[in-house]
Amino acid sequence: MAQTLVPTPVLRVRRVNARGRLRWSALVVMVALLVAAPVVAILLEVGTQRPDGLPAHLPQMVTTTLVLMTSVGLGSLVLGVGLAWLVTAYTFPLRNVLVWLLVLPLAMPAYILGFVFLSTFDAAGPVQQWLRGVGLDVQFSIASLAGCAVVMSLTLYPYVYLMARAAFAEQGRATYDAARTLGASRRRAFFAVLLPLARPSLAAGLALVMMEVLTDFATVQYFNVQTVSYGAYVVWKGKWNFASATQLASMVMLFAAAVMVGERLLRGRAHFTQKGGRGTGLQPVPLGRVTGLLATLVCVAALAVAVFVPVGRLVGWAVQPTHKTSEGVLSADFGEALTNSLVVAVLAAVTCVVLALLIGHALRLGGGRVVRAAAQLTTFGYAVPGAVVGIGTLLVLRALNDGVEGLGVPGGLGLLATGSVPAILFAYAVRFLGPAYQAVDASYAKLSTSITQGALSLGARPLRVLRTVHAPLVRPGIAVATVLVTIDAIKELPLVLMLRPVDFTTVSVWVYSLATENLWNLAALPALIIVALAVIPVFLLFRQVWSADRAARRRLEEER
Amino acid sequence: MSSPALVFEGVGKSYGSIPAAVDVDLEVQRGELVTLIGPSGCGKSTALRLMAGLERPDRGRILVAGEVVAGPGTFVQPEKRRVGMVFQDHALFPHLSVERNVAFGLIDLPRAERKARVAEVLGLVRLADKAKRYPHELSGGEQQRVALARALAPKPAVVLLDEPFSSLDENLRAQVRAELVGVLRATGTTAVFVTHDQTEALSIGDRVVVMQAGHIEQADTPQRVFESPASRFVASFMGDADFLPAHVHSALLTCEIGVVSTVPGWGRADVDVEVVLRPHEVALSPAVGRKGEGPEVVAVEYHGAFVLHTVRLASGRTLRSWQQHAVRYPVGTPVEASVVAGVTPTLLVGDRAVVAPPAAPPLS
Repeated sequence: MAQTLVPTPVLRVRRVNARGRLRWSALVVMVALLVAAPVVAILLEVGTQRPDGLPAHLPQMVTTTLVLMTSVGLGSLVLGVGLAWLVTAYTFPLRNVLVWLLVLPLAMPAYILGFVFLSTFDAAGPVQQWLRGVGLDVQFSIASLAGCAVVMSLTLYPYVYLMARAAFAEQGRATYDAARTLGASRRRAFFAVLLPLARPSLAAGLALVMMEVLTDFATVQYFNVQTVSYGAYVVWKGKWNFASATQLASMVMLFAAAVMVGERLLRGRAHFTQKGGRGTGLQPVPLGRVTGLLATLVCVAALAVAVFVPVGRLVGWAVQPTHKTSEGVLSADFGEALTNSLVVAVLAAVTCVVLALLIGHALRLGGGRVVRAAAQLTTFGYAVPGAVVGIGTLLVLRALNDGVEGLGVPGGLGLLATGSVPAILFAYAVRFLGPAYQAVDASYAKLSTSITQGALSLGARPLRVLRTVHAPLVRPGIAVATVLVTIDAIKELPLVLMLRPVDFTTVSVWVYSLATENLWNLAALPALIIVALAVIPVFLLFRQVWSADRAARRRLEEER
Repeated sequence: MSSPALVFEGVGKSYGSIPAAVDVDLEVQRGELVTLIGPSGCGKSTALRLMAGLERPDRGRILVAGEVVAGPGTFVQPEKRRVGMVFQDHALFPHLSVERNVAFGLIDLPRAERKARVAEVLGLVRLADKAKRYPHELSGGEQQRVALARALAPKPAVVLLDEPFSSLDENLRAQVRAELVGVLRATGTTAVFVTHDQTEALSIGDRVVVMQAGHIEQADTPQRVFESPASRFVASFMGDADFLPAHVHSALLTCEIGVVSTVPGWGRADVDVEVVLRPHEVALSPAVGRKGEGPEVVAVEYHGAFVLHTVRLASGRTLRSWQQHAVRYPVGTPVEASVVAGVTPTLLVGDRAVVAPPAAPPLS
């Protein structure tokens, strides 16, 4: 037996230099460059082109954008923090259900809630008609900045809610306990300890909300709110004015940059995220009978306005018989739109997930600071507003087309400068690689690095490690990423609107174009499809919130 | 004799400005078990990663079984090196059965040979009956053995073990360690262990390599590392040690507690040194009726088989001494300390151990 393991060369030892890993690293850098390309294209274009004068109404647009961002920010802060405080600090009827149900509005795209609101609450809508019927002289339009801000706050507050709830329940438990033992009341401990500790989280949530506001240009259009993003879209789609659109897109980028800087400032030097730790932290106390019911009512009311009533309206419309079947859901056109949505979404999902898998794999193989920075860069597309990605994509494709044409191919790649399906796919990849990578990376993070090193030291080449070790082990992340990107892509409206060829329609475009023509009952069923699909990723969040909340309650019971 | 299993020639590696390996020279012969030990951050893990090819050296050459695997212009990726690894967390592939884990490194073998080899190494670690199990269905000790079998299967030139026992609980550790070392010995495998446990390093290695701040302080047999440490650091890291100022005159070593020993070959020396005294080398006896200043017990710790006494000398320095468990001098007892007969203590000049009288200052 002694000689069984005397080294005899089983593995062929071949001399290779370091080039093998270089290819993987280069891949990451290339993907990062592609993701950054739209932004870079806009910067280059703005830097080199001098359009004749500023776009009209620019100062008004800037002011409108600022006011809208501020009011949506405030609205979602009040709703998000208020509701989070309610469910964390108190117990009341239905509280254990509401704690996760309050995330549901995320499933309601603003461009859907927007038209339901308009049809319901505007001057010609049933609410004002009823008010006039009971003798009140009301007639006002809600197609205003205020109306828009309400709709957006209702759909976006869950970002703040999620962050705030996690912060209140999980952060600084020991610090909170210390404050209480030092004689602070619950209220004082909350305001003096928990709220300041939650500031970085709240800033992050708020930044997400503002980015969404910046990206939107459909909802604002219903409400006739002319933001810079909307301006970029109109200048582009209305006048095909590249120079002005680029300029406005760069303006949007400035806002996005300001949001990021703002987030940093709000976070300040606070790197404190005291996750977990010992201690009981803020413990919920039961509310009295009346106040308890009131709290339930507040939560239910928020959900009713943001989800239940609108969905009810949509269902009502959907079941109404329509006369114009040619525009109805059963028409061939809608079938085509649905197919388009699915095909584009699946292609985008596969692209993003494969790229995410490859990036994660390349990082696992090593790679220095450059590769890590490049991997970080690939995730930032999600923070770039739609108008920027859209116009930037067009610029990139135009440059590509010109380049190919310059090489002597007549007509270049045949990509229309006005938009194309490849343009949509590219933009989707830029925008959704971030969430895909985060989901896949979360799975990679659970793998000990020694798994990778072990596989390598057993003689497996990188590609085999990817195929037989990494891919099977990060399957949960791949599944989550696929679902997230597919649904996000189906929901996505601004990018399709901006980049679609005239004859290319998706479900979201279908909903939007019918809604802008006030054909609400026709828009209802497709809208419901989108909402139903959007519930799926929110369901994943539900489970997260639910299990975190259950864990907290368990902890509390154990300590009693 | 064929070429050594592993050679480091002037290997250097630093992370930014932090040196993790400074001019490291090391040779591991075939069939040798070497343990690598040092405080955390001393570079022992880096050395292991350099051997495995998970890290590139900045300078120097590394050879595995006579083949240059890293050096100027050459770098062999880990999957191309004949180096096996056993990790602290075992790093078994959770989605593969024991059998397929072990077969992972045998992809180049024909199917029948692969099967035979898997059966052979699983037999070696006595896990033939667990071949179809999945890692999570095994105990910690069994996982450890699968990890070893997996690393041994492709017949690597050297197996690296990165703190392989630290994830096992204390009472299991000794047994698994004995088994694992048994398998390595039985198969004549060359192995490099990284550990932070002094007892472990001394008990399993043919040689112990003590590292600090990227340097090899000493690479020698366990006995020599413990009994003749090469430096102050090795002396205090590889066991308890107290240092007393001492003097050698006419081959006689004296310090505060009296004559320690003779130092053959130092007949003409007259120098100040420091003497390294380990607690088991210090004898105590009660100083009955002593008046005035003198050594006195200041702390007593009961360790079971032995009792550790800390004694404060007149100079204020302290000295530790192991006593049999029945001997216990209460705190405050005046004692006389001496060195157990037959001990040849290590002498230090500066931070380095000396075996010969320091050279006379050069004539100039």
